Amino acid sequence: MILEQVLNGVMLGMVYALIAVGYSLVFGILKLLNMAHGSIYAFGAHMALFIVSMHFGLLPAFLFAILTTGIISVLMDRIILAPLRAKNAPNITALISVMGVSYIIQNMMMIIFDSTKKTFPKLFDFGNVTFLGVTLTSTQIAMFLIALAFLVLLTVVVNYTKVGLAMRASRENAKAANMMGIDVRRIVTFTFFISGMCAAVAGVLVSGYYQMVYSTMGTEAGLKGFSAAVLGGIGVLHGSVVGGIIIGVAEALAVTYLGGSFRSATAYIVLFIVLLIRPSGLFGKDNIVKV
Amino acid sequence: MQKKMLEVIDLHTNYGSIEALKGINLEVYEDEIVTLIGSNGAGKSTTLSSITGIVPSASGQILFEGTDITKMKASDITKLGIGVSPEGREVFGGLSVQENLKIGAYTRKDKKEIAESFEMVYDLFPRLAERKKQSAGTLSGGEQQMLAIGRALMSKPKLLLLDEPSMGLAPNLVDLIFELIVRINKAGTTILLIEQNANMALQIADRGYVLETGKVTLSDDAKVLQANDDVRKAYLGSAE
Ligand SMILES: Nc1ncnc2c1ncn2[C@@H]1O[C@H](COP(=O)(O)OP(=O)(O)O)[C@@H](O)[C@H]1O
Ligand SMILES: [Mg+2]
Repeated sequence: MILEQVLNGVMLGMVYALIAVGYSLVFGILKLLNMAHGSIYAFGAHMALFIVSMHFGLLPAFLFAILTTGIISVLMDRIILAPLRAKNAPNITALISVMGVSYIIQNMMMIIFDSTKKTFPKLFDFGNVTFLGVTLTSTQIAMFLIALAFLVLLTVVVNYTKVGLAMRASRENAKAANMMGIDVRRIVTFTFFISGMCAAVAGVLVSGYYQMVYSTMGTEAGLKGFSAAVLGGIGVLHGSVVGGIIIGVAEALAVTYLGGSFRSATAYIVLFIVLLIRPSGLFGKDNIVKV
Repeated sequence: MQKKMLEVIDLHTNYGSIEALKGINLEVYEDEIVTLIGSNGAGKSTTLSSITGIVPSASGQILFEGTDITKMKASDITKLGIGVSPEGREVFGGLSVQENLKIGAYTRKDKKEIAESFEMVYDLFPRLAERKKQSAGTLSGGEQQMLAIGRALMSKPKLLLLDEPSMGLAPNLVDLIFELIVRINKAGTTILLIEQNANMALQIADRGYVLETGKVTLSDDAKVLQANDDVRKAYLGSAE
C-alpha cells in the first residue's frame, strides 16, 4: 500500500520535476521567478487539446504544443521582459509583469476555449503493469518515461553542448559571456523556449493523466512545480528533479492517509520543513555544481 | 610604417549623465604594445568597454583594420579579432578551466584550429594545463589572471585588450604576467594594455597614452613618457 503510493508519487513527481526545471532555467539566467509558468503550462495543454480535437492524433498534438508554447514563452520575454531589462528596471517590475502575463494568458484561454473542464484523451492506454507487486497503469508509466526522457535530454543539452556551455556561462556572468562573443540575448531566448517546452510537455502529460483540461489548471501545477524548484534549490537542475519527486510522493501519501483535501497543502508543508532546515533548498547555493 | 590596426576618433561615452569619455583619440599599430595609463576613474576601462561593444558610445568612431565597429554587437567584434581580458578577470568561477577556455573560442568553428589554440594556451600557461578540470573559482588570483588572458587568446585575436592584468597580484607574479605579455606579443599579437602599474607597463610598451578624467592628456613613445617629469610625479611615484 505504501509502496504503491510512493510509486504513484514518483510517476507524477517526475512531471512536477519537469515543471520545476522550467522555473529553474529562467531563474538561473535572469534571477526571475517566472510566475507565468503555470499559465504557460495550461496554454500548452490547450494547444494539444486543439490539435486532438481536430483529430490529428497525439504526436502532432505534442509537437504543436511544444512549438507554440515555446513561442509564447519567447514572446513574453521579447515583448515584455527584454524591454524592461534594456531599461534596467528593478526585478520586482519584471515579477509583477510576469504575473500580469499569467492572467492575460489565462484569460485568453477562457475567451477562446471557455472556462469549462474539457475531456482530454487518456495517453498511451495499454492496460496495467505490475511491478514489485504494485499495479501501475501504462498511462502513468508513459508519463514518467516521457518526463524522464525530456529531463535527460535537458541535462545533456545543458552540460554537454556548446549552447549549454553558453547558458551556464551566461547565468554565471552575463557581462563576461557577452565579452567572449556569446550573444546573451539569444541564449535568454533559447532558455525561454525550452522552459516553455518543458511546461507544454508537462501540461500534455498531466492532462492525459487526469483526462482533463481547463483554463485555470496552471495555478496548482505551477505552484507545485515552483515548490519543487525551491525545495531542490532554485536554479539547480538536479535539485528540481529531486524536489519534484519529493513533492509528488508527499502528495500521494497525504492523499491516501490524510484525505484528498490535503493534496494542495502538502507541497507547502514539505517545502516549509525543508526550508527551515536548509534555507537555500536541498541543493541550493555554494553546494554542488549548478545548472 | 606599420599598418594601423585600431583607431579611436573623438570617442565620447556616457553612463547616464556621467561623461566618462570626453573625446578620446588613440591609435594602435600592428605588432605594437600600447599602454593606456591613468589613475582610478580616468576612463581606461570605459575606453576598453566601448571598443569591445559592451558599453555603447555616444559619439565618435572606432575603426578596426579600417572597419567601423562603433555600433557593432560585442559578439561580432570578437569575431573580427578583438580579444579581451577584462578588469577583475571575470572568469566563470563555477565552470572548469577547460570550459572557460572553450568559451573563449565560442565564436570559432574550426575544431582543429581550436585544438591548436588549446595547446598554445596550455603551453604558455602550464599551470592551467595542470588544472584543466578544476573549477575556475578555486584558482589563485594569479592563476585566474592567466585564465582570463588564456581565455582571451582562445578567440585567436589579432588585437588583445588587457585591463589591469597585474591588479592584486604579488610582485613576482606581476613580473611573470608581464613576461608572458611580451611573449604573446612576440608571437604576433598586438596588445593594448591598460595599467595602473604605469612603471611596469611603460617598460614593456612601445607607446603610451595618459588618460585623465576622460581625456588623453599625453601620448608618446614609452621611453619618452618614462622620462617625463609630470608622468613620473603623477604615476611612477617620486621614488622611481
Ligand atoms: N557602470 C558605471 N556606471 C556609472 N558610472 C560608471 C560606470 N563605470 C564607470 N563609471 C564612471 O566612469 C568613470 C570612468 O571609469 P572607468 O572607465 O572605470 O575608469 P578607470 O578604468 O580608468 O579606473 C568614473 O568616473 C566611473 O565612476
Ligand atoms: Mg578600470
